[in-house]
Amino acid sequence: MNALELDGVRKDYGSVPAVAALDLRLDEGEVLALVGPSGCGKSTLLRLIAGLEEPDAGTVQIGGRTVAGGGVWYPPERRDVGIVFQDHALFPHLTVAANVAFGLTELSGAERKSRVTEALAMISMERLAERYPHELSGGEQQRVALTRALAPRPELLLLDEPFSNLDRHLRAQIRADTMDLLRKTGTAAVFVTHDQAEALAIGDRVAVMRAGRIEQLGAPEPVFHTPANRFVATFMGDADFLPAELTGDTLVTEAGSVRAPDDVVGRADALEVMVRPHEVVLRPADNGTAGTARVVDTEFQGGFILHTITLESGRRLRSLQPHTTHYPIGTRLHAELSYGHPPAVLPDHDAIATNGHPAARW
Amino acid sequence: MSTTAPAPPRATPERLARARRGTGRRFGWTLLVGAVAVFVVIPVAEVTAGVLTPTPDLWARLWSTVLPGMLGDTLALMFGVTVGTLVLGAGLAWLVTVHSFPGSRIFRWLLVLPLAMPAYVLGFVFLAIFDAPGPIQTGLRAMFGQDVWFPDVRSLPAAALVLSLALYPYVYLLVRSALLEQAPATFDAARTLGASRTRAAVRVVLPLARPSLAAGLALVLMETLTDFATVSYFNVQTVSVGVYQVWKGQFDRAAATELAGLVLLFAVAVIAVERLLRGRARYHQKGGRGRGLATVRLTGAHRWLATGTCVAVLAAAFGLPAAQLLWWAGGDLLTGATNLLDPRYAGYLTNSLIVGAVAAASCAVIGLLVAHSTRMTGGKITTIAAHATTVGYAIPGVVVAIGVLIAFAHLDTALEALGVPGGTGLLVTGSVIGIMYAYIVRFLALSYHSIDASFTKVSPAMTASALSLGASPARVLGRVHLPLVRTGVVTALVLVTIDALKELPIVLLLRPFGFDTLSVWTYQLASENRWESAALPALTIVAVALVPVVLLIGKDRLEGAR
Repeated sequence: MNALELDGVRKDYGSVPAVAALDLRLDEGEVLALVGPSGCGKSTLLRLIAGLEEPDAGTVQIGGRTVAGGGVWYPPERRDVGIVFQDHALFPHLTVAANVAFGLTELSGAERKSRVTEALAMISMERLAERYPHELSGGEQQRVALTRALAPRPELLLLDEPFSNLDRHLRAQIRADTMDLLRKTGTAAVFVTHDQAEALAIGDRVAVMRAGRIEQLGAPEPVFHTPANRFVATFMGDADFLPAELTGDTLVTEAGSVRAPDDVVGRADALEVMVRPHEVVLRPADNGTAGTARVVDTEFQGGFILHTITLESGRRLRSLQPHTTHYPIGTRLHAELSYGHPPAVLPDHDAIATNGHPAARW
Repeated sequence: MSTTAPAPPRATPERLARARRGTGRRFGWTLLVGAVAVFVVIPVAEVTAGVLTPTPDLWARLWSTVLPGMLGDTLALMFGVTVGTLVLGAGLAWLVTVHSFPGSRIFRWLLVLPLAMPAYVLGFVFLAIFDAPGPIQTGLRAMFGQDVWFPDVRSLPAAALVLSLALYPYVYLLVRSALLEQAPATFDAARTLGASRTRAAVRVVLPLARPSLAAGLALVLMETLTDFATVSYFNVQTVSVGVYQVWKGQFDRAAATELAGLVLLFAVAVIAVERLLRGRARYHQKGGRGRGLATVRLTGAHRWLATGTCVAVLAAAFGLPAAQLLWWAGGDLLTGATNLLDPRYAGYLTNSLIVGAVAAASCAVIGLLVAHSTRMTGGKITTIAAHATTVGYAIPGVVVAIGVLIAFAHLDTALEALGVPGGTGLLVTGSVIGIMYAYIVRFLALSYHSIDASFTKVSPAMTASALSLGASPARVLGRVHLPLVRTGVVTALVLVTIDALKELPIVLLLRPFGFDTLSVWTYQLASENRWESAALPALTIVAVALVPVVLLIGKDRLEGAR
């Protein structure tokens, strides 16, 4: 049984599709990070799952039960879905304990009390049970909101950018605690964020959304290393692209050759490889041999120095070097690709664009 | 995070119970708002339908008798009150907001006080003082002989003056807040472009305050249109006076309906003009919103002229009439002629309070349900219906009252057709149900807006969280929304109670025989020129009406303290 199953879910705002015929399946206990730029429809998708919006088409199933579509409609209070908002949305007139108890109406008084105690113990907040939300720190409020949503043991938990109101240094800790709690309770969750690093860190799988569609869905590593298209490539991290010539099972680029992934071998169209800054090795030009690349810019990033170089063709690449390595601007050197995993090979974007295909297809 | 959680059970009883509760799309809540909207719109629709039904004979008769005079008086009064409140309201707002002179800080909020003095109270005090038997003319005659000239007091200009003094605070308040919110950058930009202070005020500040000015004047004209008590003291024959006379004097419902329709037409025209004045221009301002314009310190004779103007207006509109009322009531108390011990005083006060409290409670409950429903459904239909429930505030009281009469008459006819002899019987004319109905129609907007303002502080995420935690809409209302908007509910209760207690036209038109309230009693005593006796009920009304004004001032001063 899937914790969540979406089939052809669509939602239009006026003539603009906010979510376009979307399919998605979530296993029990699985955490999905839903990431995308603002306005990509990720929050609408969350609201459709929660029952705060009604889909124009398609079906939503939660825990194997159809809750929307095919003439069925369950309002949010009957969906068995917990939700945590960015502003926490704690009830300001209720204590921490009463907030957590709010969703436990179907338990008897004694059961409810013990469930609240147990839930607060899980986040080590028993002492603060009688406090009011405004007497808590931002991090504490976030933990109470999470606990309140989990207390009724929902089939599925939805989190709408729950950490973006928190201080940077708090965020990592709270994020780890949240994941810990989700694992302990075995709750499946959909986690919306616009922060790609957060998405990669937290999700069992990552779904990258754009313009109401899921552009790529998969485990964090493949989404990061072998993005399906240029949008995913650039959205999930810094990326440059180099045209690549396929010779046998080797991809030849301006910055050296790499082994082609099996599924690419034999393709006849123009190709390019994605290069992330940490995959570019810089070598000083040897005595006598002039380097083919030249440093045009450097940026100090703390532990690393980001070098921007131009190749002979004029194409730019970025290369991340440890802070101990700093080539001054103008330095001539060699640049080489060093993946450590099969490279991401995409149809050559420029070639498509000049062939008259819509560039937006990427 | 030290305790280990038990393995989550996949099919808990609570989960199964939740799953069984079936489906629903909150049609009920939409229906509720729709029903309220229909309830509110019915009286207005009845009057509209009455007007649209062609009755040429009736109109011919009205036209050949009273109508031309009524139209003339109504237009002249509206014009006079517009000019009067414009000068007083906008002028005083400009004077106290951007100038400093002795007392200017106090006058800023004191100038709101006349809101507590209903026009029908101010009107009779004015008459008592200035009419032929009053102290002024008596004194003049003693000094200059019997033939001394004095302008006619029971006249249209005098009525316009009294209404202007009573109603100018609406314009004053709205223009003042517009000036306070105005970005100084705009004014400064005009000055740096070479405009003089006056030119900058006329060309930049005034146009930016125009929407507020128009809104204030619209409120004033609605009050003017609905008032027939005050103007009848002054022998002015407006259309509203006509409605009252035709209905109460001749029980001519058909003519009353047509005339009420005419009042409605005037009201629609006022709103149309207000919308027109608002125009296409956008008045959102950027930069320094809320800091207001820099104040100018007045010097020399100007400063005392400014102080004198404020004192004169306040004295005329509030101070002197209040003192006169106290004098009369106190004098009666000393001579033992006081009606404080008159059982009618207690009885009418009780009537006023009960009617006010029931109206307030009904409006608060309905307003809360409507605001909650729009949160629950959020659909287009609900939003439109919720908007329709507030239509009564823009409809003159006489129109609402006549509309209620016709609605119940139609209900009677329908019931009789169904074989109920006598229909609703004396349900309307014999009880206060008609008054309650009209009050709810008239005051629901006041209540809804107070409560809705509180709702804006409840984030949609709060509502969504409550629902996702399995709370039914009713439980969300009781456990989350109501506790969070209770200030709005209390405000609504206070405002509606007081407005209902002050209200006169609706009670006069719809009261059952023998049912009197403080406002009706005041009006009747004043109509019989029994000023001294009218003073006590009038003072009671003023005292109660001061409550929201003082609350408003308190809020204003808090905000002004920044």
